[in-house]
Amino acid sequence: MHRRTMLTGLGAVAASGSAARAAEKPGWMSPLLPDGTRDAAVMVRAPGKQPLIQLTARPPNYETPIDAFRTPITPNDRFFVRYHLANIPTIADLKDWFLTIDGDAAERSIRLTPADLRKDFAQTEITAVCQCSGNRRGLLEPHVPGVQWGYGAVGNAVWRGVRLKDVLAKAGVKGDAKEVWLAGTDGPVMPATPAFQKSLPLRMAMNEDVLIATSMNGQPLPLLNGYPARIVVPGWTATYWMKHLTSIQISAKPQPGFWTQKAYRVPAGMFPVEQPFASQQDNATWPITEMVVNSMIAAPLDGSKATRTGFTVRGMAWDRGHGIRTVEVSFDGGKTWKAATLDKDLGKYAFRGFSLASGALAPGPCVVSARAVSNNGETQAATLLKNPAGYHNNVPQTLTLTVA
Amino acid sequence: MIRILTLAGMLLATQALAQPSGLRPGPGQETVEANCAVCHSLDYIRMNSPFLTPDVWKAELTKMRVAFGSPIDDDVAGEILKYLNAEYGVKK
Repeated sequence: MHRRTMLTGLGAVAASGSAARAAEKPGWMSPLLPDGTRDAAVMVRAPGKQPLIQLTARPPNYETPIDAFRTPITPNDRFFVRYHLANIPTIADLKDWFLTIDGDAAERSIRLTPADLRKDFAQTEITAVCQCSGNRRGLLEPHVPGVQWGYGAVGNAVWRGVRLKDVLAKAGVKGDAKEVWLAGTDGPVMPATPAFQKSLPLRMAMNEDVLIATSMNGQPLPLLNGYPARIVVPGWTATYWMKHLTSIQISAKPQPGFWTQKAYRVPAGMFPVEQPFASQQDNATWPITEMVVNSMIAAPLDGSKATRTGFTVRGMAWDRGHGIRTVEVSFDGGKTWKAATLDKDLGKYAFRGFSLASGALAPGPCVVSARAVSNNGETQAATLLKNPAGYHNNVPQTLTLTVA
Repeated sequence: MIRILTLAGMLLATQALAQPSGLRPGPGQETVEANCAVCHSLDYIRMNSPFLTPDVWKAELTKMRVAFGSPIDDDVAGEILKYLNAEYGVKK
């Protein structure tokens, strides 16, 4: 009944081990998720990965279990995986990888090999949260179509590589340049399907925090996280973090196409941004760009038992790049809130760890919640701002424990 | 190069249809498996259930046909939608 479809074709990652339902693992799948999601999701052990929650097999969409977020750096082997299209590369396909930079607003066309990237450019690193635009979509009521993510389409890593702006400078940016178009090697099964391509406004592409990363937490990027090079756009949702990057085009024109102009859009003005992507905005919709402030409790797990001596809440908070000012925790269903202790600051784009001990508790249900405020004063939404694709869900997470 | 990969992908996807899909048996199941699994695994359907109304299932299939270029004709689309609504549609 719950046997996983063992596809071995392109885009299906050969996995070994059990195909146990992820919902059987206590705390791995929220009761808020659709019944069909809880029924279909299995634990998968992909090459180079610990068991993750497989929401879809082909293309692979794997979620990080929430207990991974008890430490501020998300390990590579537990980092979430998200692909749109099933024709994804193998390590063998990437053996002769190189990066092309050209376009109508480039002074010249250049090609860079991995060795060029290592030798010809300053190496830099940044700690930043990579979060899928649709993280927490599966928790929405009513549900909306799409990959039904719980809490774990997010992770925080130390990304190392070269600045995108340095690479653009090598190709030369003409005065009329407006956008930087990005493409990778993951593509569609059928030629008629639009290949996954994204674009950045030139101002963002020239931001010194935006990288072409070749390393993640001190190791080469895992294949499923974009080996051998991916774009890192700190503060922006992961849709811009192009994996298996092969082509950069500097252009005077807005990038056409499905993935920029039809998908990954939010209602115009619903989620205010500080740096508009003006060349891709229209009257009805804007591209999703900057992340909203959010927090996540990774311990204890929802539905678990606690003793009357209490427990310690531990979790992570993040935002679009101002950093976190405070995190408050409630142990009484939101009636009263107490400031949590913040961990060391790992940078304005990074997870900020927090913890707070409950103290003694009365027996019965204990409803726990957390809410973060950014250094810019941004707060989490009390109720979801409804949008068709279910993006930017930062309604405070609520856990119910039983104290006995 | 790309074309070869694409054909290989379709071939492998077709071979994979011999494996159990996990979909509920019902009229149209084989049509759904034969068409949808060319591009993606069928857990996409199970994952998005049971909450989509007939209008939203139709919009999803239209996205596959128009935006993603799947060569599904109207008759086949009708059969697919009937199955999706019967087996994976919103609970009344």
